[in-house]
Amino acid sequence: MTTTLPVSTEQLQQIAKQIRKEIILMLTASGSGHPGGSLSMVEMITALFFSAMKHDPKNPKWEDRDRFILSKGHGCPAVYAAMAMTGYFPKELLLTLRKLGSPLQGHPDTRFMPALEACTGSLGQGLSIACGIALAARMDNKDTWTYCLTSDGESEEGQVWEAAGFAGFHKMDHLIALLDYNKFQLDGPVKNILDPEPFKAKWEAFRWHAQEIDGHDVGQVVEAIEKAKSVKGQPHVIICNTIKGKGVSFMENNNYFHGVAPTAEEAKAALAEIDGDPSLSEALIVAGKIKKGGK
Amino acid sequence: MEITLGLATRDAYGQALTELGRKNKQIVVLDGDLASSTRTGMFAKEFPERFFNAGIAETNLVGLAGGLAQGGKIPFISSFACFMVCKGYDQLRMAVAVPHLNVKVVTSHGGISIGEDGASQQSIEDVGLMVTLPGFIVAVPSDEHCTRALVTQAAEIEGPVYIRTGRPKAPILYTADEKFQFGKGKLISKGTDVTIVANGLLVAEALVAADELEKEGISASVIDMHTIKPLDEELLIAQAKATGAVVTAEEHQVWGGLGAAVAQCLSKNYPVPMQFVAIQDTYAESAKPEELMKKYGLTSQKIIEAVKKVL
Repeated sequence: MTTTLPVSTEQLQQIAKQIRKEIILMLTASGSGHPGGSLSMVEMITALFFSAMKHDPKNPKWEDRDRFILSKGHGCPAVYAAMAMTGYFPKELLLTLRKLGSPLQGHPDTRFMPALEACTGSLGQGLSIACGIALAARMDNKDTWTYCLTSDGESEEGQVWEAAGFAGFHKMDHLIALLDYNKFQLDGPVKNILDPEPFKAKWEAFRWHAQEIDGHDVGQVVEAIEKAKSVKGQPHVIICNTIKGKGVSFMENNNYFHGVAPTAEEAKAALAEIDGDPSLSEALIVAGKIKKGGK
Repeated sequence: MEITLGLATRDAYGQALTELGRKNKQIVVLDGDLASSTRTGMFAKEFPERFFNAGIAETNLVGLAGGLAQGGKIPFISSFACFMVCKGYDQLRMAVAVPHLNVKVVTSHGGISIGEDGASQQSIEDVGLMVTLPGFIVAVPSDEHCTRALVTQAAEIEGPVYIRTGRPKAPILYTADEKFQFGKGKLISKGTDVTIVANGLLVAEALVAADELEKEGISASVIDMHTIKPLDEELLIAQAKATGAVVTAEEHQVWGGLGAAVAQCLSKNYPVPMQFVAIQDTYAESAKPEELMKKYGLTSQKIIEAVKKVL
């Protein structure tokens, strides 16, 4: 797979839909996991794996590949889905998520899946690792890009800003961070816990080239990555405004689904909705069979 | 016993690292703004393009090292032992130990012999913390020759390594041609009544103690157990069998260090009476190094007392 695949925005939207379905299926099968934060990052993952990134699923350790680090490790179901759909492993494996012996660990673990670049799940660490990978590539004069997917809640970790400072000072312009700004963290709304605003200004103060976009408009994500690549001398952050649980009405902005997998009934409703028929979920909500949460 | 002071083990590290830099272009060095103290500055001067001062930011420093190793480099990372291990611990765990990456962590200012700077800079827990990380080799070399050899070997093997060096000049115990291997202790004095197992600065103290004990008719073996993990169980068990009693001596908190590792091994394989010369569950303070070593019980005299208890 190369970066030049002619994938249209419409195709990417269809792929995003499919990833959402896989996420629901995987999490329902595993009975645990993080739906909200997986669903909010789907368009970013779609843009990376199906458009922006130069990678070869049949040769995951290809020396000249672009690198991807999921710093918000709990969102890994979205990554696993994209990996299966691009051919890293058979799709059937997705249903082994979080089960004994599965390469699909609850949080990314290179021991079980060497195609991943980092072990994450302890928030705050991925950007430093991405920075180190980008630094190694720069020292080897490689023209490869290192992508890191981070989040609003994760930005509360001090290490993120240590890494931001390092990357800014060292002008690491082949490092691109995508920030899933879904406005929620485990205990509630980010703005009530440790409001990150002014978010963009903070990254700019750390000498980053910052953009802010609609993170569910996959065309915008692709364009922002292209734009980032054209700006020299600075690392890049793309702040993606998103909705936690995006694509499933009863999960959207419903923080109950931060870390609780859907039941079989909820999954049925979610899948129907992703395909464009929300009536089933509405009926189930009325019947009291779907978890509702406060905003 | 005549004691000749050689280089501080941190100086030997700086020299060995620079030498390695000449031979292996994949070696990259990171420091947390202590390059003149850890002696990575020697490498930085000769290879500025392969040296990065990460600033006073240990968590990012360790994460960078994980990324560099994932990108094919051999990072050597340094700071004071307490800052690297205590501040960078979750990063050492997730970015290095779990993925079992080829990162070499070499710290300076281990123990209390740094002296006047006091408890905040004195690392007494680093060995205990590092041995609990699966897959890490953990070593505390005793003199400049041992340090040079282990640092050089660290670059040659694949996987994570932790080496603690010290600030003061260290007594010379070996000659330059002595061979060392991680996981292989050095039986440097062979006795029949008791085995003293020591590392770092306490090896010289153990030799002095053995000399004194000899005068009183007590024959002591001395092992330089520079590697705590993997522990040289074979040598240890053989000496426990030969002498029937063991005293450990280390510049570390009694919990989690060399003594704990030795006790774990012997209790499983060949239990013998034991005593532990170490820092007894307390933090130290500001004073001259030798004053601190005396006050916190890290002397040949304390080893002698421990031997007499164990016999």
